[in-house]
Amino acid sequence: MTDLPTSAGRKLGLVIDLDICVGCHACVTSCKEWNSQGYGAPLADVDAYGAAPEGAFLNRVHSFEVTPENAPPQLVHFPRSCLHCEDAPCVTVCPTGASHKRAEDGIVLVEESMCIGCGLCAWACPYGAREMDPAEQVMKKCTLCVDRIYNENLPPEDREPSCVRACPTGARHFGDLGDPSSAVSQLVAAREGFDLMPEQGTKPVNKYLPPREKDRATAAPALEPVGGAGGFLGWLDRALSRL
Amino acid sequence: MHPAGSLIIFTVLSGLGFGLLAFLGAGIVRPVGWDAFAWFAAGYALAGGGLLASVFHLGHPERALLAFTQWRTSWLSREAVLAAAALGVMAPHAAGSVFFAQPLPVFGAIAALLCLATVIATSMIYATIRAVPRWHHWTTPAVFLAAALAGGALLAGQLRLAGALFAVLAVALALHWQAGDWRWRDAESTPGSATGLGRIGRVRLFERPHTGANYITREMVHVVGRRHSAKLRLIALLGGAILPATLLALMPPSLLAAGAALALHLAGMLAARWLFFAEAEHVVGLYYGRSSA
Repeated sequence: MTDLPTSAGRKLGLVIDLDICVGCHACVTSCKEWNSQGYGAPLADVDAYGAAPEGAFLNRVHSFEVTPENAPPQLVHFPRSCLHCEDAPCVTVCPTGASHKRAEDGIVLVEESMCIGCGLCAWACPYGAREMDPAEQVMKKCTLCVDRIYNENLPPEDREPSCVRACPTGARHFGDLGDPSSAVSQLVAAREGFDLMPEQGTKPVNKYLPPREKDRATAAPALEPVGGAGGFLGWLDRALSRL
Repeated sequence: MHPAGSLIIFTVLSGLGFGLLAFLGAGIVRPVGWDAFAWFAAGYALAGGGLLASVFHLGHPERALLAFTQWRTSWLSREAVLAAAALGVMAPHAAGSVFFAQPLPVFGAIAALLCLATVIATSMIYATIRAVPRWHHWTTPAVFLAAALAGGALLAGQLRLAGALFAVLAVALALHWQAGDWRWRDAESTPGSATGLGRIGRVRLFERPHTGANYITREMVHVVGRRHSAKLRLIALLGGAILPATLLALMPPSLLAAGAALALHLAGMLAARWLFFAEAEHVVGLYYGRSSA
C-alpha cells in the first residue's frame, strides 16, 4: 500500500561526508555493478558503446563550485541518490502500490512486478532519485542494497550498501538514523549534518555532512605586487623601475 | 517537464469529453433517440479516447488495472476510479435516453458530478507535485475545470453559457501563468538548498555527473524554446478562450459559429497544454545547472 507507515523507529540510511568525497565515482560504478545482478531487473544501458550512450543509474556524483564571501571558490563533489524520505512523495503518488516504504526499516522500494511505468513517482521526487529502466520500463531506485545488508551468505563486513563498501575515502556511512546512539546519528550530531531541500517537506533520512571550513591565509594575498617595501626588495623595485 | 504528446492529447480530449458528459448528465440538454446517441457517443469517445491515449504513456499498459487500487493516497489512482465510475454511472442514463427516450436524471446527476470530480482529479495529479512550483497552485485545477466546463458547454450546444465560460477560462489561464511565473521566481528551493552548501557561499554547478542525457534530464530538465513562451501564451489565450468567447457573443447562434469556436478552442488548448508541461520547471534542475530564477 502506498500509505506511509508510522515509523517503527528504525530508519536505515546513509550519511555522506562532503568534506571527504573526492568525486571518484567509485560509488556510482559499484552501485551499477551490484544492481545489474540480483535484485529486480538489471540496470540497463542503451547504446552503451555507440555515439550517445545512456543508462539508468541509482547514484550520480555532481560537482559544485561554492564561493564564500571574501574567499576563493572551492570545489565540492556531491553524490546524489535516494534519501529514503520519511514523507516520501514518490510513495503516496504511486497508483498501483508498487512504490512503498517498508515499516520495519524505512527503506523505500519499488515492487517491479506491479510497476506500470507511468513515471509519476519520478516527477514527485524533488531529488531526481528515480530513473526509468530503459529496457524493462519499470522505475528503478536505490534499494539501500536490501539484498546485501540482510544477506547472511555474505561475510559480515560486506553487509552494507555497495556504495559504502566501495568508497575509498570513507565518505559514505550506513546505519540506523532512527537510533540517536548509533554511530551515524552521532556523526550527524557532531558534524551538524543537514537535509537536502528541507523546504520540500520530505523529511529525508539520509544526511549530508558539510565540508569543514578551510584555512584562510592571513598574510598579503598572493599575486599582489610587493610595492612599497623597503630594504633590498625596495631598492631592487626602484632600480628596475628606473631602467 | 517533457511535453509528452500522449499526455497533452489525453488531458485536452478527456477534459472536453467529461465536460460534455457533465452537461448531458446534469440534464442541461435532454436529447433522446439518435440525437442522444450522437451526443453520448461523442462524450464517451472523447473521454474514453483520452483515457486510451494516457495508457500509451505507460511502460507496462498490461498492468494498468493495478492503477485502480491506491485511491487512498494517489490522485492518479483516484482519477482512474472516478473516470470508470463516471462512465459506468452515466451508462444507464445514456442507454435510457438513446433507446427508450427515457433519461434517468438520478444516474445522470450523479454521473455529472463524477465527471467533474474526474477532471479535478486529473488536475490534482499535477497540482500536488510540490517539486514543480509552477503546478503546485490552485490555478491548476481552476484551468482544467474551466476548460472542461467551457468546452463541454460548447459541445452541448449551450452557446451563451459557453461564451461566458470561455471568459472564465481566459482569466484562469492568465492567473495560472502569472502565478506560475511568481512561484518560480520566489521558489524556496535554490542551488544552495538543493546541495545544502548555500550556508557556505554562492553555489554553482561545476560539472555534471555525466556528459550525456539521462531519464531525469530528458523528462524533467527539458529545456524548450522558452523564448517563444510569450507568443504561445498569446496564441493559447486568444485561440483557447478569447476568440471563441468573442465569436459566440457576436455571431448569431449557429452550427458554423459553434464549429469555428470549437476548432479555435481545441487549437488554443493544445498550445496551452503544451506550455503547461514545457514551461514547468522541476526543482531537480537545480542539480543540473539551473539557477533558481
